[in-house]
Amino acid sequence: MTQITRRDALRAGAALLAAPAIVSQANAQSAFNWRRFAGERIEVSLTANPRSQILIQNQREFEELTGIRVGSEQIPEQQHRQKFVIEFASGRPSFDVISISLHVNKRQVGRAKWTADIKPMMADATLTAPDFDFQDFGAGAVAYSTQADGRMDTIPEFTDYFILYYNKEIFQQANLQPPRTYDELYETARRLTDARAGRFGFVGRGLRNANVVLYTSFLLGTQQRDCVDANMRLLTDTPDAIWAGEMYKKLLRDTAPPGVAGFNWNESQTTFAQGRAAMWLDGVGFATPLEDPTRSRVAGKVGYAVVPAGPAHHHCAMFGTGLGISAASNERKRGAAWLYLQWAVNKTNQLRFLTSGAGAPARQSPYRNEEAIRTSRFGRDYFTTLIESGRIARPGLPEIVPVTEFRDTLGAGLTNTIGGADVATELRRATEAFRPVLEASERAS
Amino acid sequence: MGASKRQPSTRTMPSGLSDTAALQGAAADSARRKRAYARHYWPFVVPAAVVVFAVIVFPWVFTLWMSLQEWKLGSGRSFVGLANYQRLLTDDRFHWSILRTLYFTALAVVIPVVLGIAAALIFNRKFPLRGLMRTVFILPMMATPVAVALVWTMMFHPQLGVLNWILSQFGIPPSMWVYDQSTVIPTLVLVEVWHWTPLVMLLVLGGLASLPVDPYEAAKIDGATGWQAFRYITLPLLAPFIMVAVIIRTIDALKAFDTIYVITQGGPGTASETINIFLYLNAFAYYNMGYASAVVVVFFALIIGLALLLLWSRERFKDAVR
Repeated sequence: MTQITRRDALRAGAALLAAPAIVSQANAQSAFNWRRFAGERIEVSLTANPRSQILIQNQREFEELTGIRVGSEQIPEQQHRQKFVIEFASGRPSFDVISISLHVNKRQVGRAKWTADIKPMMADATLTAPDFDFQDFGAGAVAYSTQADGRMDTIPEFTDYFILYYNKEIFQQANLQPPRTYDELYETARRLTDARAGRFGFVGRGLRNANVVLYTSFLLGTQQRDCVDANMRLLTDTPDAIWAGEMYKKLLRDTAPPGVAGFNWNESQTTFAQGRAAMWLDGVGFATPLEDPTRSRVAGKVGYAVVPAGPAHHHCAMFGTGLGISAASNERKRGAAWLYLQWAVNKTNQLRFLTSGAGAPARQSPYRNEEAIRTSRFGRDYFTTLIESGRIARPGLPEIVPVTEFRDTLGAGLTNTIGGADVATELRRATEAFRPVLEASERAS
Repeated sequence: MGASKRQPSTRTMPSGLSDTAALQGAAADSARRKRAYARHYWPFVVPAAVVVFAVIVFPWVFTLWMSLQEWKLGSGRSFVGLANYQRLLTDDRFHWSILRTLYFTALAVVIPVVLGIAAALIFNRKFPLRGLMRTVFILPMMATPVAVALVWTMMFHPQLGVLNWILSQFGIPPSMWVYDQSTVIPTLVLVEVWHWTPLVMLLVLGGLASLPVDPYEAAKIDGATGWQAFRYITLPLLAPFIMVAVIIRTIDALKAFDTIYVITQGGPGTASETINIFLYLNAFAYYNMGYASAVVVVFFALIIGLALLLLWSRERFKDAVR
């Protein structure tokens, strides 16, 4: 059984600190040539989302720059996860570059060593562009892309923070300010709920699996913060876990629309976009549809704020995507793939992510681009919220292999609480059901 | 024929040999010819045998073998004997998924069959615009299940869906449809009924068209009422067609996946998690290939059991009709 020891953690920390120095030293002796792998062809497998769309729309830039031909595909997230796991397990994946949801697959990919360690390539001056500027990546995003043993097997592409969307018009009418604590969130939501008028104070995910990330947002504000301890023991039936469960239950039961037990993000988005809910807690990526007047009745009225603080801490749940290079690809394709990664997460593309509302880039420089922010269709509070969220971000899901099973098991219990079930009982039942799964998974490590 | 051509040769045998010996010789000759036939023509069977082995026998043997392994994609594999089956015995989620599957299947078979028979009886009569009405009635059957499921999902939305708006026009309180644990299965059955009743109607309508006229004329002379004619003539004669519809609907309902997955993904909670959803999650979300294989084996046994039950019912039904 492999566990993250203190030595592993120190090694990973040292590697993180050393990475920028390695890159700058390597760049000093640079003999870098973008066209080194001209004529090569690589296959890129991406999750279907607006960021992948941006990369595919602009990949001609990369092909003209390098002479490398790129075959890209984008597949809906859940199917994409299945595809790459099965292909990696087969030993002959059909792609050279793969996008990986770190909050779901990080540990699985890291354990199986399916993707190549990027650090040696980054340290090679002949392979890394002098203007790559690794130090520009946020520390949280880099840590998220780094495995416990110090290997960096993805390059951070995007970080998804949970933020608070609120309807400015409803808040102005009620003369209220966005809540700063979760207790205030509940009180505000309760005051703004008028079920007979079809208006609700809050909307959020109630559907099994999807709902766990809303629950962990509350848990992050407690003393305990995480779902597992350093020894990978489950902490989902503790007093802090129960407090988070009670907050989840009362918010969704008392202040959310009937039927919320079956709501995923899309139903929540529709409800908020139709002006039926005053607040919505979810990922940053929904600003674009909410500000689209052809699809939303609240366009121009959406306020953005960091998530409220809990009784002990103030964190927002962070999720992220990284781009990895298949370890099964040959050396030349791996080299070409590394060039693709450098282009995909360069400053231009990361700024495109931010200004188009496709999500929060992993680099810091886009947030400092005043010109782009001023001309963006999003208000300044959107960018302020992103920067502030980056400062208080913490992984929203435990870094374990059976993440989906964890979300299903805990999520089913949470959904039951919306129907009135006792929180402590449901969490204890879910914990007992999932504990042997986690223990078996850790034993296999 | 070959046997008659060979008979004269037995007559020319030397005296002392019995007819039995002659017959034995002929039989041996026939067997030799068959062996020679098999020797020369077996290559013609090979393509079919390879296909059957590759797509039926091998997957089954492999699934059985996998069900005896602890195998999570991305990790190692180890032989665990019947441990996966033992785990199934104590897995509440699996037990509930079986019950939900049976509940869903029962409703999704009985309701479309009853409504399909009623619709066929109506469309068998002559009335204006009958052809157009028949065409409109069978349109749902032609729709893609996933597209249908997405449209229904929008219609089921408790606040913004059109169904609750329609209910409100009649003063009926809103329903939670698929967004509540108590109503989710009947609501999913509603989608199945809308989608597949036309198929039953088509099958039964075909049966009605093939019924003889004489028994009805005789019954009319004997003074039978419309209900008696239906109960004692139409229904027994339609029985084989209804049975086909029941078998097709049972197979469809047992394997229902796309509609349920798109609309609820097995939720709220696990309220609509049928065996197929449970199996899918174990295989392709949790990557527990060994455990999922054990579920497949048990599910297969369940289907075989149901198929035997249907066949037995069919025979009983036939006997009763005779």
